[in-house]
Amino acid sequence: MDPRWVAVIASSVIAFALKFSGNVVPARYLEQPKIKSITSLVPIVMLAALVIVQTFATGQQLDFDARIAGLIFAIILLLFKAPFIVVVIGAATIASLLRYFGLVN
Amino acid sequence: MNKSSDSRRSTVTRNAIGVGLATGLYGISFGALAVTSGFSFAQAQVLSLGLFSGASQFAVVGIMGAGGGALAAIATSSLLGIRNGLYALSLARVLKLSGIKKVFASQITIDESTAMSVANVDDEELSRWAFWATGISVFVFWNIATAIGAIGASLITDPKSFGLDAAVGAAFLALLWPRLINKQIRYIALSAALLAIILIPVVRPGLPVLASVLIAVIIGLRNSGSK
Repeated sequence: MDPRWVAVIASSVIAFALKFSGNVVPARYLEQPKIKSITSLVPIVMLAALVIVQTFATGQQLDFDARIAGLIFAIILLLFKAPFIVVVIGAATIASLLRYFGLVN
Repeated sequence: MNKSSDSRRSTVTRNAIGVGLATGLYGISFGALAVTSGFSFAQAQVLSLGLFSGASQFAVVGIMGAGGGALAAIATSSLLGIRNGLYALSLARVLKLSGIKKVFASQITIDESTAMSVANVDDEELSRWAFWATGISVFVFWNIATAIGAIGASLITDPKSFGLDAAVGAAFLALLWPRLINKQIRYIALSAALLAIILIPVVRPGLPVLASVLIAVIIGLRNSGSK
């Protein structure tokens, strides 16, 4: 089976189970301060790591290419409070232009 | 009496549609990036229907598109999805769900529906309305947008020349940005970023992201211990 289908289906089932469990599990199990404190940080650290991996990694190799310029431009756009779609398209456009003119890989 | 409660309700409905449209815009980027990362149209659409949580969906396609395995993708997506379970938990008091409604409400328990419900928490009925209206609106627009993005991207033959690989990192950054609300959180994000860059050459693709959870555990335990 295509590993992508495995990931698509398994992650969907688990995501639903997590949401549903919040509706059926008694609150006292999950509302402990330790658990809450950890889970509130999980999205922060994972998203930060994902930014890095998607910008610098090619497989297991560190690559410094047009993606970095895209990310820097994204930071600038975010500082100017640009909406999500503008940030995404902006980053892609910068990377695309730099490659088109052969300035970076 | 209900003139003002009616008008509050229609304001909430308008906001819900606005939020749905705005999220839909990034649903387009999800559909496009999923297809350019090697996922099929059907896989992209099933992710939006079934997984239905932006950060988790981007993680699945981002990790596997970068050569990571299915297990790393599933684990990352699920760890990112824990927060939705906590949202459901804290919404339960307001939503007062029973039967099949629990199933539907669970599926649309996401950042946006939770935020809109919490924003109207002073009026329980309005808070419930905000949850359902926002959840349904985002679900509909998100799925339509995914299809549009996926179809559009399938016409692109060389994603790199369009800079679409750079768009993935930017998408995660834009998801992270509004969460960086104080200095401690910014330092935590920075240390996760550093750990990831150190680990990239050392461990298999997908693992640097999972390893970042260690930082959440360590700091989370310290934070709760000091309170």
